[in-house]
Amino acid sequence: MATAEQTSEPQKAENMHSAPSSLSKDAWLRMKKNKVAMVSLGVFIVMIVLCFAMAWKCKDPNIINLTNKFAAPSAEHWFGTDALGRDLFSRILYGGQISMLVGLVATFVSVCIGVTYGSISGFAGGRTDAFMMRVVDILLSIPFLVLVIVLQAVLKDWSSDTSAWFVETLKWKKDFSDRLTNIIPLFFALGIFGWLTLARIVRAQVLSIKEREFIEAAHALGYSNSRILFRHIIPNTLGPTVVYATLTVPSFIMYEATLSYLGLGVKPPNSSWGILIKEGANYMETHPELLLLPGFFFSLTLFALNFLGDGLRDALDVKASKD
Amino acid sequence: MIRFIFNRFLQGLLVLFALYTITFFLAKAMPGEPFTSEKNVSEFTKQNLRKLYGLDKSLPEQYFRYPYRVLTQGDFGVSSSKGKPVRDIIANSFPVSLVLGLGALGFAVGIGIPLGILAAIRKNTWVDWGLMGFAMIGICVPAFTIGPLLQILVAANVPWLKVAGWGSPQDFLLPAFTLGLVSAAYLARLTRGGILEILSQDFIRTAHAKGLSPTTVILKHSLRGGLLPSVAYLGPAFAALISGSFIVESIFLVPGMGQHFVNAAVSRDEFLLLGVSMFFGFLIIVMNLFSDILTGVLDPRVRMGKEGA
Amino acid sequence: MKTFRNLFVITQSLLLASILLLQTGCEGETTVDKATREGIFLMGNSAEPKDLDPHIVSGVLENNIISSLFEGLVLEHPSKDGVALPGVAEEWYPEDKENPTTWIFKLRKEAKWSDGHPLTAEDFLFSFRRILTPELASDYAFMLFYIRDAEAYHKSQRAYLLCREEEDFPVEWESLKDVDFGPNDEAEEDLFNRKGLDLLTAKELEELIKEPKLFEWPESVTEEVRNLILEKSLEFAKSGKKIWDLIDFGATAPDPHTLKVELNAPLPFLPEVTKHYTWFPVPKHAVLKHGRMSERFTDWTKAENLVCNGPFVLKSWVFNDHIEVERNPKYWDAENVQLNGVRFLPIANLFTECRMFFNNQLHVTYTLAPELIEYAKLHYAKNLRNELYLGTYFIRTNTTRKPFDDPRVRLAFSMALDQKAIIDNVLQGGQKPATGLVPAFSGYPDANMVKFDPEGAKKLLAEAGYPGGKGLPDIEYLTVDKETSKAVGEAMQAIWKEHLGANIEIVQMEWTSYITNMFDLNYDLAAGGWIGDYMDPLTFLDMWMKGAGNNRTGWSSEEFENILKEASAATNAKDRYTLLSKAEKLFLSERPILPLYYYSRNYLLHKDVKNWHPLLLDHHPWKYVKLQRD
Repeated sequence: MATAEQTSEPQKAENMHSAPSSLSKDAWLRMKKNKVAMVSLGVFIVMIVLCFAMAWKCKDPNIINLTNKFAAPSAEHWFGTDALGRDLFSRILYGGQISMLVGLVATFVSVCIGVTYGSISGFAGGRTDAFMMRVVDILLSIPFLVLVIVLQAVLKDWSSDTSAWFVETLKWKKDFSDRLTNIIPLFFALGIFGWLTLARIVRAQVLSIKEREFIEAAHALGYSNSRILFRHIIPNTLGPTVVYATLTVPSFIMYEATLSYLGLGVKPPNSSWGILIKEGANYMETHPELLLLPGFFFSLTLFALNFLGDGLRDALDVKASKD
Repeated sequence: MIRFIFNRFLQGLLVLFALYTITFFLAKAMPGEPFTSEKNVSEFTKQNLRKLYGLDKSLPEQYFRYPYRVLTQGDFGVSSSKGKPVRDIIANSFPVSLVLGLGALGFAVGIGIPLGILAAIRKNTWVDWGLMGFAMIGICVPAFTIGPLLQILVAANVPWLKVAGWGSPQDFLLPAFTLGLVSAAYLARLTRGGILEILSQDFIRTAHAKGLSPTTVILKHSLRGGLLPSVAYLGPAFAALISGSFIVESIFLVPGMGQHFVNAAVSRDEFLLLGVSMFFGFLIIVMNLFSDILTGVLDPRVRMGKEGA
Repeated sequence: MKTFRNLFVITQSLLLASILLLQTGCEGETTVDKATREGIFLMGNSAEPKDLDPHIVSGVLENNIISSLFEGLVLEHPSKDGVALPGVAEEWYPEDKENPTTWIFKLRKEAKWSDGHPLTAEDFLFSFRRILTPELASDYAFMLFYIRDAEAYHKSQRAYLLCREEEDFPVEWESLKDVDFGPNDEAEEDLFNRKGLDLLTAKELEELIKEPKLFEWPESVTEEVRNLILEKSLEFAKSGKKIWDLIDFGATAPDPHTLKVELNAPLPFLPEVTKHYTWFPVPKHAVLKHGRMSERFTDWTKAENLVCNGPFVLKSWVFNDHIEVERNPKYWDAENVQLNGVRFLPIANLFTECRMFFNNQLHVTYTLAPELIEYAKLHYAKNLRNELYLGTYFIRTNTTRKPFDDPRVRLAFSMALDQKAIIDNVLQGGQKPATGLVPAFSGYPDANMVKFDPEGAKKLLAEAGYPGGKGLPDIEYLTVDKETSKAVGEAMQAIWKEHLGANIEIVQMEWTSYITNMFDLNYDLAAGGWIGDYMDPLTFLDMWMKGAGNNRTGWSSEEFENILKEASAATNAKDRYTLLSKAEKLFLSERPILPLYYYSRNYLLHKDVKNWHPLLLDHHPWKYVKLQRD
């Protein structure tokens, strides 16, 4: 079951295991050695637990109390309150739900599209590559805001109609259904544009990799193109892909804030990290905690994701483990 | 090579044409009109205004009129929201965005790439983690936070730096830094990742075997290949940098081109919107072309010209 | 490798060196210091003006610049609202004090344009005609509709003008008010109603006479009348004459220095109206040099060409960067102008503007972000200005669909609105809760009808069939993509939920989509407001007439319009105010809009600025403003 590159690389003594173990087990063992990656994994899990599990135990993030604005942290409000007297801690946790969901899911989708598109384009070369890359050029140039405005106008009624349908036929709760249908247009908007630069990056990698000797060898061995592409080439592009993916998550989270303001995402009074940071930035001089606290959660999650991604890449990269 | 560039030029024309069509119809699909105003604009006035801007003609007529005018007279239309010819607006604002973008690029490349290289050399040490953490700050702190922070902390305390404005030569520093920081972070991460990717290849083992120091190995042998992802990223990134950024321009009061993308869309100013979109499309085509050529230079195995890609 | 390191060091040290070098170029004088010393006023002016032609623009920021360049018949008083000072006109008075339908303005003989050309009544006639010219498509032309036949000219009301001459015209013109004389956007594609009867060419009229089905008339109009109108229109269209020849325009010049303005109805506050830039004169000789009268955006407003009559002339206009005006030596009162120049900066970002002020780059800001009011109160209390502004912020309701078709629901929502809580906690700008529609000013009684009464609101809502909010359909609140709008929306959302059990959904969108949805009556509740154009309650009331451009609620009331008509015929100012107040109270009893607060302007003013007083319309006459370092 050995792949072409595994048989061609000699293994150093330390990494030889007495019995053959699976790739994933090897990867996990390698990960465990990477302290930073493990800490990041821990942080990431804590964040998920906080936002998804613990959030429900917290106060309602949308209750307004105009007489108790900008309160200092207290037993009742762990992080104090915001400009409208809402509990900041629970707003951050609830906001995290949306941000992580949007960030991760949208990134996952755009990575899938981008990697597939870019590698096919690079591998195929010639006219196909040219055409595919020109399509990318076109999509890169389309004015995003115009698209958002049109989508908002088109999807405005679709959101409420679909939500009503969910409530009626699938018997979902209205609140949950509304929140879900509100962020679907987001995925649309982000999905159309999020994968473009990644496709270019993957394509550049593929163009370089496909000229290497081991690919020539694979061709000589008679492997089919799709096998070569998916089993030999793409795995070698994982490095920059993982890196770019961890960079995409934060940018999607911030984009979501802009889109929500234009009506294409989270509806007030619901919030997200992006929105909290955007609004908190206006209070920089007077109440910096409104910016710093959500910003801290946001940054911490992304730092963790970042190092986790690096660790994952290292762990999964068979060749890099040698040295 | 010439043939390659010429091919790309032709393809570029097709791209622009497709872009024009999409943008034209998207713009028409937006609710509202250029003369939507809170005041009592009577239907009568609106009809007169439509006539003035050629918007009373049928859709196909409008569609063909624009490229016809552009190609025969170089007339990009008159902006309905600013009352000036679109060509003048772009001619006035692009040089500003160019300066700002080049400054941002300078910061991005000057900070990002060395950081990425250093992190790759010292992989998995505190240097690496520290530098990457620093890079993540560039991504996690958005422009609308960095910008005002710089204004409050730096500009307010340094006498020769203004909070906002674009008159003196040093005015580009803060906005360029704000704009370039995100790209710096991307470049740092992509460079580090790209180099590490290369390091696992056979010829690196050969270099080590030859007795070359690790640093030499990295800089001399893996840098070229390692820069591939960064170069691919820089194509669209550079185009975006030099066409300006609405947020940075708004915060630092820079009269660049970025704001027109947003304002034209919001004011339903079709000619200005088409003008800047086409211009941006042109930049994307050119920058992606440079990026592809540079890719071929960095990695000679990549057969650029031959494929016609 | 060594080269790389060297390169790195070199670039870093170059950067450092250049920074240090630039450091030596500082003087220690701030931008504001220098400007005060030079007598140049630095003003934050929110955005780039669309143009400097008073007949094309309609915004407030343009007014700031235009009022420095041009001067109208009368001038705003620097500190008193509603008082008119001599401008181009030295004297002005109605011909008949009891019935102010005709006004005389005596122009000063020394009035000149900035190029030395004398300013006469001819220029005013030219200007009035110009802004009313249909081809110019000015969206503020309605400010001149008080002048006799102005509206008829602007809207090319050909049929009306032709038939009113007709002595034996069979019906009252009023009965024809439903006919599509003007363009009807909603008519069927192939009918001439789309274009409007008054705008049909001779050829189209001939076609129509042959094929009567091409135009849809209301049932009530008899065939006799239809044919009469068509005949006369065709005759006129063939004659090649212009509409201008048909009208009896109310503005005339009995002599070069006298302007006579005949209005449609008595208007005691005409001088107040003429303070608005739509009534300003433009230089006939200069405008015509660069294009036809009806051409938009010609070169006459370029810095090198602009000829004007105000305290300043245009020095430079750098697009998107600044507009600078400097002293006009030919201004008739030049020796009393205190400033040497004004620099307008188009600063769109509120926070940047404030920070520029904090950093001594501006003399005055256009506004103050609500988020920074607290900070300003702490550190810049002496610079903070909080002034009443002639405007009301209200929520429009869509009276054409449920649930706001029921006035009880509207009243309930209005009574449940805790105005004070929102003002004190969200806006923090010292705004006053709106107790009516029209903000109070001297002589006009406050309506005092809008109050916070949650119990009463609950009762009313139950009466209307929605006890405790049950059964209410989904309600959408339309607003723009600004942080403050969102915060106000969220506060109201919580307040209505608490007091009425109603759930409203906040829908944000960018400005043009918001306006379009509001215009299309595609909302339930919509944020809105109105700023007065001149110092009279009518500016707040006549917008609610049926089909009026700024109504957008679907509400109308014949009784309301009758009262307004009565008021316009009133000869006594006091009676007039009483009638207008009656109309306002009727309006408020039906509450098609939910008043929230009376506007308050919050901004920052530098201590060097003198003679800048609070004014309800916030139009500070430039010639009195002074810069002085104490």
